[in-house]
Amino acid sequence: MIGIGRTEKLVAHAIIWLGIAIIAFPVYMTFVGSTHTAAIIANGQMPLVPGEHFLKNYYQALFVGTSGTVRTPIWIMLANSTIMALMIAVGKIAVSILSSFAVVYFRFPFRMGFFWLIFVTLMLPVEVRIYPTYKIVSDLGLLDSYFGLTVPLIASATATLFFRQFFLTIPDELVEAAKIDGAGPLRFFWDTVLPLSRTNMAALFVILFILGWNQYLWPLLITTSGDMQTIVVGIRKMITVADAITEWQLVMATSMLAMLPPVAVVVLMQRWFVKGLVETEK
Amino acid sequence: MQKRAIYSNKVLPYLLLVPQMAVVLVFFYWPASQAVWQSFLIEDAFGLRSEFVWFENFRELFADKEYGNAFAVTAVFSVAVTSLSLGIALLLAVMADKQIRGAGAYKTLLIWPYAVAPAVAGVLWLFMFQPSLGVVAQGVKKMGIDWNPLLNGTHAMTLVVLAATWKQISYNFLFFLAGLQSIPRSVLEAASIDGAGPTRRFWTIIFPLLSPTAFFLLVVNITYVFFDTFGIIDAVTGGGPAKATETLVFKVFFDGRLGGNLGGSAAQSVIMMAIVIGLTAIQFKYIERKVHY
Repeated sequence: MIGIGRTEKLVAHAIIWLGIAIIAFPVYMTFVGSTHTAAIIANGQMPLVPGEHFLKNYYQALFVGTSGTVRTPIWIMLANSTIMALMIAVGKIAVSILSSFAVVYFRFPFRMGFFWLIFVTLMLPVEVRIYPTYKIVSDLGLLDSYFGLTVPLIASATATLFFRQFFLTIPDELVEAAKIDGAGPLRFFWDTVLPLSRTNMAALFVILFILGWNQYLWPLLITTSGDMQTIVVGIRKMITVADAITEWQLVMATSMLAMLPPVAVVVLMQRWFVKGLVETEK
Repeated sequence: MQKRAIYSNKVLPYLLLVPQMAVVLVFFYWPASQAVWQSFLIEDAFGLRSEFVWFENFRELFADKEYGNAFAVTAVFSVAVTSLSLGIALLLAVMADKQIRGAGAYKTLLIWPYAVAPAVAGVLWLFMFQPSLGVVAQGVKKMGIDWNPLLNGTHAMTLVVLAATWKQISYNFLFFLAGLQSIPRSVLEAASIDGAGPTRRFWTIIFPLLSPTAFFLLVVNITYVFFDTFGIIDAVTGGGPAKATETLVFKVFFDGRLGGNLGGSAAQSVIMMAIVIGLTAIQFKYIERKVHY
């Protein structure tokens, strides 16, 4: 073991704490902003410690909304974001695990062709096909719907690759045993493959939930009605109230609420988060 | 690599592939091919007729000063965010990798910004640096700098770089830390016995062994800056002032939203497709190498 001197240790601790402080500072200021009145913030006189309007601001944000152009109460946006994130995460996992199972456990014409078709979608992020995709969703009459918000994103090359890699490590003996027991492919999938994939599914779920929750460009185009607003897009629209002063205390409360679910998922499911991130290589 | 034990069924595999293939064909390949096709067309003023013009749209695009500007902005943005976030993350990871107490807790305290949406990250930084009410902006002004990201392009760029870097440090930190922890202790101890100090050990052993991780992160970070920072820019600057923060993705979105030039907008999409294909190819070529390594 290489010995580390006391000074070296102290320096390491100090640098890390400095990093943590700088990284946490914006969120702390956001929290402080969410506890003061609009007037104090607008003056540029906001103190560096929390004020006394915590309950009032969060109540107004959650159940009343801002008085500007976006009047949707935040609880509706939170519900929309939750539905969107869950549909995207569960949908991507479901279609990917089925595809991987087909590609790994069967031999059929164009097997690798299908695999490549899925793989190449990695190179077609929504940003490069944004308006043609918008037009299709609009032609299908899916604007302002959960379906339009999520289904065009429910395909995942990374998840399909991830499951394929994992299936290839499942011993062949398990398939042979299942066959001897007279279990067909679907029985084998349900009784053996799914239970074995639990940790991998959990790891993917954490990553995909965050990905879904943080969607921005797509909901911005697809949703116009206040009832369909997601929280990340909603915050942005609160700042561009052309006819009024931005209600920063509500924007800050909303920002705190928008960060809470995905950050909680990362912190509480850290082990799976790290596994998912490192093993899917994004 | 293939399975020896498999099932034989003529229909089932296709049924299992149907959900993903349906989404992929309808929402990925069809629109992407539309974009490619449209990039070769020019519509008349009423959108009634379109003419096939080969590469005319691309020629116009590259002659357009604003498109050149978007390229330059994206390049500056990429270099700044990538070097800053890689540098800071490496420093923190090297410190956390030393045998110190509380390393686990430090990791948790450093990785959570990954979960913050880019647009929200932008709002957080805007709130601190808003020229009239931001807490940090007040401090900067007291230092004698006439801080105003709403009017000054350099200030606006600084602000989006800070927000984008803040969000990306956690990802880079995690990968650097994993890379550092995979370096065998015995090699470092051997060097130590041979009289190499910490600085020398870092540059001659740790840094070279970490270079595959760094290269992988470099590609991922560039992809991040190109595509995932749209929310930050839209929330903080809206591409302004005077297009000083208009990246390629932002320009596609903005031009397309105005309608008008369908072919030109499609040509922009096609160029971005080429960029992603290039980046992904580099990434996977590298991953192949790592498998053999």
